[in-house]
Amino acid sequence: MRVCSQWTEKGFIMKSIQCAHKKKALVEMSAQIIFTACASFAILAVVSITLYMILSGTPAIFEVGLPEILFNTRWSPTSQDPQYGILWVILTSVVGTFLAILIGVPIGILTAVFLAEVAPRKLAAAVKPAVELLAGIPSVIYGLLGIYLLNPLMYRLEQIIFKGSATHQFVGGANLLSAVLVLAVMILPTVINISETAIRAVPVHIKSASLALGASHMQTIFKSILPAARSGIVTAIVLGVGRAIGEAMAITLVSGGSVNIPLPFHSVKFLTTAVVSEMGYAEGTHRRVLFTIGLVLFVFIMLINVILNRILKGSGEKRGE
Amino acid sequence: MKQKDVKRMAGRREGRRGGRKQLLAITAALIMVIGCLAACGNAGNGEGGNGSGKESGGLTGSLSLVGSTSMQNLVDALSEAFMEEHEGVTVTPQYVGSSAGIEAVSKGTADIGNSSRNLKDSEKESGIVENIVAIDGIAVCLDPANTVTDLTKQQLTDIYTGKITNWSELGGSDMPIIVIGREAGSGTRSAFEELLGIEDACVYANELDNTGAVIARVAATPGSIGYASLDAIDESVISASLEGVAATAENIKAGTYFLSRPFVMATKGEISEQSELVRAWFDFVLGEEGQKIAANAGLLTVD
Repeated sequence: MRVCSQWTEKGFIMKSIQCAHKKKALVEMSAQIIFTACASFAILAVVSITLYMILSGTPAIFEVGLPEILFNTRWSPTSQDPQYGILWVILTSVVGTFLAILIGVPIGILTAVFLAEVAPRKLAAAVKPAVELLAGIPSVIYGLLGIYLLNPLMYRLEQIIFKGSATHQFVGGANLLSAVLVLAVMILPTVINISETAIRAVPVHIKSASLALGASHMQTIFKSILPAARSGIVTAIVLGVGRAIGEAMAITLVSGGSVNIPLPFHSVKFLTTAVVSEMGYAEGTHRRVLFTIGLVLFVFIMLINVILNRILKGSGEKRGE
Repeated sequence: MKQKDVKRMAGRREGRRGGRKQLLAITAALIMVIGCLAACGNAGNGEGGNGSGKESGGLTGSLSLVGSTSMQNLVDALSEAFMEEHEGVTVTPQYVGSSAGIEAVSKGTADIGNSSRNLKDSEKESGIVENIVAIDGIAVCLDPANTVTDLTKQQLTDIYTGKITNWSELGGSDMPIIVIGREAGSGTRSAFEELLGIEDACVYANELDNTGAVIARVAATPGSIGYASLDAIDESVISASLEGVAATAENIKAGTYFLSRPFVMATKGEISEQSELVRAWFDFVLGEEGQKIAANAGLLTVD
């Protein structure tokens, strides 16, 4: 009896282990399938977007000619003799993004340093949620603030600077500079959050060593901590550039929307705002050229991502070696 | 001991499994309830629609209108009144732009394409028929502080082509003129430029992509001038008179105000070739009640 019961007991355990094993294998398998499916969904999205952009962006290139689109400065898609030159539009996006980065990145990085290193804990606890809130504000709100606060100020400035000028076209404050300022504010949360994480991730021993060698706190920050956080800060800049160049809603409200040379007090049109503002009524070649503008923007963002990552991170790694 | 352990383990496992089952059951039940509610709702609507549809001449189905944003006020008012009259009918308007509307009707994805400009020859050649349902006036709007309130056709042309750049040249205060317009492709813009004969010659300081934005920008910017559909103009801006003629419905009807354009509801083929529902729509729009609605929206009615 006893032997028998022991036997059955053992058998039961064996069985239950086997059963658990089978179940485990099933869970493992299905989890793997789910993960693969999710990953392929993202890849599918990227591939199909790329394909779609190329397919819908290229017909106009053959129709109008690539140099005629990229290097012509006249944009009048609805005239009798339509011109589809987007050189000023491209330059506006480049200059606008560059200036926004020039203003936004230093402020962002220094704020990150402040939050991670300088600020008393209580103050940092107050500033941090404010920065996060900034990230959550919809872009159209930035645009509205731009219209009601920034543009009137810009208009006053414009009237003072160009008083009596016969050649300047007054635009009422809706200009490149307004768009740049709005963009600079919009990239702040991205730059601040990622830089701060990077700065906090710098090993304590680097800071300790620097301080122990007699460097002051500020020397430590600029000579040891920031160089050590370089890779993360580069990521912050790349994402900031991505946000600035891809933004449409906020700047379409404050930038004026005419195609002009990108000078600070000119009314300008960005790659994104050209697509956003004209897609509704465009038809025929005009519509197809708007898709080409989308393709140009797409290629642009890809190039910037690759180049910035290569150059900035590559030289960092070399220095590290 | 061991046996007890095993039993406890098994029990626990069963318990966990039981919990999961319970959760599954609750979820399933919820889904069923929601699905049932949705289905019931649909069925209810469908029945209601059919029932009352029969009472009012048996018109059922849905009518899609796609096109001009300038026509939104008119189309909203028309479709509301039409659906009130024919309860079995759903009118679904979309406001995506004149060209997109004509494209939709030529592709067959919409019953009617709204256009706030005359059809182009290429569009007419592809079998699209231009049915004018009302005529719209374009108002020139100025910021509320402006002392110049009347412009001649020549002055308006000179302002928009950049020949006049300061209000002092027109007897106003010494303030730069900020020329505001719509984006390339807009029906209002092409109508405005065509009516003035200044296609491709305009020097815009601001190109905005909708009517509301133009009015808001003009209201907020001293020294600015813009244009928009007459029925969209509100008290926040001054509506300038042209050649001494105020931008009013009466003057547009009288033909003395020169900035006006047609509102077109384009169909693929003549109205007589359309479905019963589309014919009923046009009977309504071009009939007494429809034209009354158009008139209330500040538009010129057609005979």
